Amino acid sequence: MTDTTDTRSHMPLGLAQRGYTGVIQHLAAKEAGSALSEVELESRLIELGFVEGARVEILHEGLVGRDPIAVRVDNITIAVRRREAMAIIVA
Amino acid sequence: MEAPLLHLALVGTPNSGKTSLFNALTGSRQKVANYPGVTVERKEGFFVTPLGRQVSVVDLPGTYSLRGRSPDEEITRDFVLGKASGEIVPDIVLCVADSTNLRLTIRLLLELKRTGRPMILVLNMFDIASRRGIDVDVERLAKELDVPVVTSIAVRKGGTADLLKLTDEISAKLAAEPQDNSWRALTVSELRATQREADRIIADCVSLPARPDTWTARIDAVVLHPVGGLIVLALILFVMFQAVFAWAQPAMELLKSGFDSLGELVHATLPDGLLQSFLQNGVISGVGSVIVFLPQIILIFLFILLLEDFGYMARAAFLMDRIMGGAGLHGRAFIPLLSSFACAIPGIMATRVIDDKRDRLTTILIAPLMTCSARIPVYTLIISAFIPAKDVWGFVNLQGLVMFGLYTTGIVSALAVSFVIKFFMIRDYAPAPFMLELPDYKLPRLKSVAIGIFTRAKMFLYRAGTTIFSMMVLIWFLASFPQPPAGATEPAIDFSLAAMIGKALAPLLAPVGFNWQIAVALIPGMAAREVAVAALGTVYAIEGGKEAAEQIGQVLATKWSLATALSMLAWYIFAPQCASTLAVIRRETGSWAWMGVTFAYMLVLAYAASLVTYNVAVALGAG
Repeated sequence: MTDTTDTRSHMPLGLAQRGYTGVIQHLAAKEAGSALSEVELESRLIELGFVEGARVEILHEGLVGRDPIAVRVDNITIAVRRREAMAIIVA
Repeated sequence: MEAPLLHLALVGTPNSGKTSLFNALTGSRQKVANYPGVTVERKEGFFVTPLGRQVSVVDLPGTYSLRGRSPDEEITRDFVLGKASGEIVPDIVLCVADSTNLRLTIRLLLELKRTGRPMILVLNMFDIASRRGIDVDVERLAKELDVPVVTSIAVRKGGTADLLKLTDEISAKLAAEPQDNSWRALTVSELRATQREADRIIADCVSLPARPDTWTARIDAVVLHPVGGLIVLALILFVMFQAVFAWAQPAMELLKSGFDSLGELVHATLPDGLLQSFLQNGVISGVGSVIVFLPQIILIFLFILLLEDFGYMARAAFLMDRIMGGAGLHGRAFIPLLSSFACAIPGIMATRVIDDKRDRLTTILIAPLMTCSARIPVYTLIISAFIPAKDVWGFVNLQGLVMFGLYTTGIVSALAVSFVIKFFMIRDYAPAPFMLELPDYKLPRLKSVAIGIFTRAKMFLYRAGTTIFSMMVLIWFLASFPQPPAGATEPAIDFSLAAMIGKALAPLLAPVGFNWQIAVALIPGMAAREVAVAALGTVYAIEGGKEAAEQIGQVLATKWSLATALSMLAWYIFAPQCASTLAVIRRETGSWAWMGVTFAYMLVLAYAASLVTYNVAVALGAG
C-alpha cells in the first residue's frame, strides 16, 4: 500500500488520528480509491485549499468508523471522508 | 436621457455572504424565477445607486471555480461568460469574498479575471475580520490583483455605501472597450499555480492572527462531538417540531376566528342561496382553512433559515454523513432532505448540490417521504380532533409526541426505502465523495431571515390564492351540483357529483377504513396535500350546514372512528398526494419513468400502511 521505506514520516491524512497536525507534502489522487477520477479529485482538493505546504489539523471525527473528518486547512475547516483524505500526503 | 439598466452579477464561493449582500443591496425588490430550460433558481433584484443609476443584480449560485461540475456551477460559468441563453452579459461582476477567509475566493477571482469582464472584489463581513485581528491592506490587494477592491458589511445599515459609490464610478467609466476572454478550463497544474499565486498575494496583503475563531472552536467541540453532536441534533429537531405545534397555536386561532367572522358576515349579509353558499362554504372556509396554517409554515422556515445562516446545516451534514451512508445516502443529502420538511419541491431542487447522479436520484425518490409543511394541516386537524391534549411523563404534550412520531416514521421509512434502492436497484455502488466547507458560525441576521421567510410566505399565499382557490371552487361545484330534488330529506351533498365519485372509489378504500367523504377529499388533495383539509370542510360543511364549517375537527370526531383517523394519518405519511412534487421529480430526473416509480411506490406504501394501521386499531377496539 503506502510506501514507508524512504520517508517514514510521510503518511496519508486519511490514516491520521484526531488531533494530528502536519503539513501537506503532495497529493496522490491515484491511490485514494475515490469514486472520482484522479483529475477530478485532485482539482476539488486544490479548490478547497488542500495544496502543498498548507498546514492541516484534524479537529473532529464522525461516530461511525471515525469518519468523516473535519480538517483545519490553514484558516478554514473542511469536512472530507477518510477515503478522499487518503489522497493527501502529509508529514 | 436616462442611462440604461446596469447589470451586475454576484459571484462567490459558498458561505461568502453573497446572499446577505444581495439582500442588503436589494431589500425586498427581488424576483425569483428559474433559468430557462433548467430548474436552477434565478434570483434577481433591483436597486438605485446614489447617482440615480438603475441597477439589476443577479445572485449566481456559489462556486469554487468556473469548471462547472454541477448544473448550478454551469449556470454561474455560462452567465459570467455571457453564454447563458436569454441572459444579458453582466456589465460588472462582483466577486464576493468572506474577509475572514480569502484564500479560496482570491483563487476564484484570479480565474474570473481571465474572462475579461469588469470586476469588483467585495470584501464582505469586513467587521468580523477586523474584530478577529485580520488586517487587510486593501490598496495593495487592489494593486496586486489589478481589480478594484471595496469592503462591505452587508448586515449593517450603510455597510454597502462604499460599494454603491464604487459602482457609480466604474459604471461611468465603462467603455465599449473590447473584452478579451482568455478563459478556458484550468488543468490541475494551472489550478495549483493559481492557488499558489493567490497564497502569495494573501501573504503580501493580509496579516492573519495566530488563533482561529475561538467561538466556532468552542461550539464545535460540543456540536461536532461524535455522540454529543448527535444528541444536540436530535434535540434541535425535537424542539423544532414541538415549537411548530405549540407556538403557532395562538396565531392560528386568531386567523381561524377571523375567517369564521368573515364567513358569518357573508352569511348574514347575503340572501340564502347559491352565491351565499359559494362565498361562505367554497371560498372563505375553503381558502381560509389553508391560510390558517401560515403561522406553522413561517415557523418551520424560520428554523431552517436560522440554522442555515448560523452555519449549522453543514455540521448536520457532517454528523449524518456516515449514518445516512449506511442507508445509501450522501451526507449532502441531509440538507435537501431537511428542506423537504418545509416542502419537497425546494428539497428536490436542492439535490443539485449532490454531484453523483445515483446519490441524487435516491435522494429525489425519498424526499417526498419527509413530512412537508403541507401535511401539517392534515396532521393537525386529525390530531387535535382525536388525540387528547394531555401531558405525558409530566412535560411532553401528547399531541406533540404523536406529531413527532409521524415525522419519525417518515424519516425511518425514507432511510429504509433508500436502503432498498441501494441494495436492489443500484449495484456496484462506490460512494461519491463528501467534501464540504464547515463555515465559521455567524449570528443570523434578522433582516436576511425575514426576507427569506417573506419570500416563502408569499409563495405559499400565492399558491393558496391560485391553485388551491381553483381547486376549492371545483370541489364546491362538485359538492353542490346537481342540486337535490325538491322535498328531499337527505343532506344535499348526497345527490352531488362529488358523492358519486367518492362512492365509486369507496369500495377500493373501504379496507383501509376510509368512507366516501374521505375519498372525495383525496381527489382535490392531489393538487396540494393541504387542500384535503379544506375539501373535508367543504364536504362536511355543505352536508351539515353552517355549524359544521366552524368546527371541522369536532365533526370528524363524531363521524370517524379512531381507527379511521389513525389510518388517515398513516396514509398521509406515504401517499403521493401532490401533483407539483411529481412534476418537479419529472423535471429534475428528466424522466417520466422515475416520476411513475415514485408515484407507484408511495401509493403502495400508503395503502399498505393504512391497511395495517386500520386493522390493528380495529383489532385493539378502536374501530
